[in-house]
Amino acid sequence: MIKVRIPTPLRPLTKGQGEVETKAASVLEMIETLNTAHPGIKDRLCDDTGELRRFVNIYVNEEDIRFLNGKETSLKDGDEVSIVPAIAGGASCHM
Amino acid sequence: MEFTEDQISRYSRHILLPEVGGKGQKKIAKAKVLLVGAGGLGSPAALYLAAAGIGTIGLIDSDVVDLTNLQRQILHHTSDVGRPKVLSGKEKIQALNPDVQVSMYEERLTAGNALKIINDYDIVIDGVDNFTAKFLINDACFFTGKPLVHGGILRFDGRVTTIVPKQSACYRCVFKTPPPAGLVASCQEAGVIGVLAGIIGTIQATEALKLILGIGHPLTNRFLDFDARKTLFREIKVKRNPDCALCGAHPTITSLFDDGDPFAGCAVRP
Repeated sequence: MIKVRIPTPLRPLTKGQGEVETKAASVLEMIETLNTAHPGIKDRLCDDTGELRRFVNIYVNEEDIRFLNGKETSLKDGDEVSIVPAIAGGASCHM
Repeated sequence: MEFTEDQISRYSRHILLPEVGGKGQKKIAKAKVLLVGAGGLGSPAALYLAAAGIGTIGLIDSDVVDLTNLQRQILHHTSDVGRPKVLSGKEKIQALNPDVQVSMYEERLTAGNALKIINDYDIVIDGVDNFTAKFLINDACFFTGKPLVHGGILRFDGRVTTIVPKQSACYRCVFKTPPPAGLVASCQEAGVIGVLAGIIGTIQATEALKLILGIGHPLTNRFLDFDARKTLFREIKVKRNPDCALCGAHPTITSLFDDGDPFAGCAVRP
């Protein structure tokens, strides 16, 4: 299982859970499986063309996927994924 | 410069530290720190930096104190409601420590004034409440080469990171552009637990002091995220982005600009 840390702005989609578990072999697949379990999450992470939104950052085991293999980055059992939004004082990216 | 007896007493707990000593305290006394925003984050930062004996503190804020600020902006008191934040802030700083020079800028930081203001300081602390200003501060610190201590708070979450231009990841290396205005939570809707400002703002002040003293390891290339509900600090590694539009090898941002709606995310527009 992959452990995914859900940031505050997305928690309404995960019934308030800050961490969820899912099965996936890549970040791309993880977004799909998350979206099946928590409908709507994909739209918050990806734009209309399916690309990750510019202000969304995804980390696998604390490494930015931009420095790995982007959304093709592979995942294995036990990996921890963090979705990291920007935070402003009193304002946060809704994603 | 020599310290008076009172100053030696005042700063004695600093001077006792081998990492600070009289030499370090003099560095603190010569330092100039700019606080952009005299609100939630700027308040604790200003008070602790003032107590520490920072030579010059710059306060930039165009707002007046509002009753809704007092839940977290401890620089301002009930009797300050309606008064300019920079004035209220200056009074509290100098009441705490008359050694500190305070420069007030009762204006908003813009592409037009940012470089000129920031140039006069050694370190900048970001205590603003909107993304446009956060990107502007990041860019202005890059162009002036000034270290920046970034902070953000929302609901029960806080984040702090230190940016040393051209040496560590900048804000644009991680978040390329501000999110579109429609996708940003409003200040009023989102809320924030007031004490979070104290935790994050105080870490920002700690980072500034470490940079001034040249001790320890700065919070560069790391986001320190705090979850108040779990009382959990978590570190996220960030890296310089070779393709960063600002500090990358082939920059496309070569001068300051106001990027987006300055009031994005703020339910209350001035």
